Amino acid sequence: MSQALLEIRQLDAFYGDFQALFDIDFQIAPQETVAVIGANGAGKSTLLKSMAGLVSSKGQVLSWNGAERGGWKAYEAVRAGVALVPEGRRLFASLSVEDNLKAGAYRQRKGYWTLERVFEIFPELIPKRNNPGSALSGGQQQMVAIGRALMANPDLMLCDEISLGLAPRIVKDIYLTLPRIREQGTALVIVEQDINQALAVSDRIYCIQEGRVSLTGAPADFSRQQIVDAYFGVRESAA
Amino acid sequence: MIWVNAILQGILLGGLYALFAAGLSLMFGVMRFVNLAHGDFIIVAAYLTLGVCETLGVNPFLSVLLIVPVMGAAGYGLQRFLFNRVLGQDILPPVLVTFGLSIIIQNVLLDHYGANGKKVTVGALDTASVNIGGDLAIGSLPALTFLAAVTIISLIWFIFYRTSIGRILRATADDAEIVGLMGANNAHTFAIATMLATAVVAIAGGLFAMRTNFDPSAGPIRLLFAFESVIIGGMGSLWGTLAGGIALGIAQTVGGQIDPRFQLLAGHLIFLIILAVRPRGLFSRRMS
Repeated sequence: MSQALLEIRQLDAFYGDFQALFDIDFQIAPQETVAVIGANGAGKSTLLKSMAGLVSSKGQVLSWNGAERGGWKAYEAVRAGVALVPEGRRLFASLSVEDNLKAGAYRQRKGYWTLERVFEIFPELIPKRNNPGSALSGGQQQMVAIGRALMANPDLMLCDEISLGLAPRIVKDIYLTLPRIREQGTALVIVEQDINQALAVSDRIYCIQEGRVSLTGAPADFSRQQIVDAYFGVRESAA
Repeated sequence: MIWVNAILQGILLGGLYALFAAGLSLMFGVMRFVNLAHGDFIIVAAYLTLGVCETLGVNPFLSVLLIVPVMGAAGYGLQRFLFNRVLGQDILPPVLVTFGLSIIIQNVLLDHYGANGKKVTVGALDTASVNIGGDLAIGSLPALTFLAAVTIISLIWFIFYRTSIGRILRATADDAEIVGLMGANNAHTFAIATMLATAVVAIAGGLFAMRTNFDPSAGPIRLLFAFESVIIGGMGSLWGTLAGGIALGIAQTVGGQIDPRFQLLAGHLIFLIILAVRPRGLFSRRMS
């Protein structure tokens, strides 16, 4: 494999005394799409936040384009080209849709994505552009959250549970935009509890169980049963 | 006619109070930071204006323009290297630190300048006034102060609603953690907010020094006026702050017209009434 875009080696992450991640190895190549699946509380979001610099971890070894960037802060990650679509959308409530999107472009990284192009993939946001972010449907809020991350023109976009709380039809619509995002050369990490969506779009998967990687590889390499076992924690018979 | 006059003077006084309040409101709005030394910052600006006037022999208005960048830079540094250290979930540490800072500032000023009242003179402008018909006249300096307040609040509005850093400041007020994901360094954003606040304080303190006597202990009551203006106008609303300042100013001048001893009390009473009837202020921005 060519040089990884982002690589994590032996990551441990803690919340106070609670250890959320144990010895995680992870990597993603430029333009690759990787799904991180696992049950609720398995540590998927923590892994994503560690990449984005929201969770700072002791002994974290993280490299970006081959350079050691362990312990970086969120704003440093954004400058380098990492954008996170946070779990639960987290739009700025008092800002209009347009201002939310523009806030994402604060660092002014050059690239394909502009306000017009975000509206192009999410046309239903256009009539809402002056509404506050809070006055939207869940699906529209998710579109703003994705658009806001795109406005940073990231090389790597991290999506935390973008299907959470949305109707299946809306989830499908949102997943239909992912190929358009990949076309622009953006690598994606998709964290989901819903395996089907994640497996369909990803080149490789990592299954996380209780803070450890329980399975990794291309989706086609595994049987449905192997994935389900790794997901729910049914260990293969003790050897 | 004396009542019309009292209201008119109150409106103009409100301009000064709005200038006192703008910085306080801005810091609280962006980062929920209560600066108890705010009034003393105003007095520092007053002494700085006096000092620049006396040592450089320049016009007081030029002197104010000179101290704006100085106070702004000091505000940036203060936030970045002191206030940011105590900013967190708990509201108490910032209150304690700024309370301590307030005492330090008052004592340093007392030690350096003594307790005597000072004033910055603006020559003929001290007493100049414009007759606006009938028995009514407005003082030139109060009118200028009011004009400055409207201009500065417009400027802050422009920064907040028409610039990229302003958008980030508003976003920070909503959700400081997520702003990091926009690539903004909170330590820097907070410092920018305080820089704007202290730059406004520089102007407020300078105009205050031209208008009236001040001494090292004059800060806390200005802090109170600023607080009252912010609460009356509504937290987080820029134009509300101007309205709050005007309401407080009118209450004081009309109260003073009834009985000079009633002046300050009337202001506090209006504040208490607003707090009881509309606790979120006249123009409070809806918070989620």
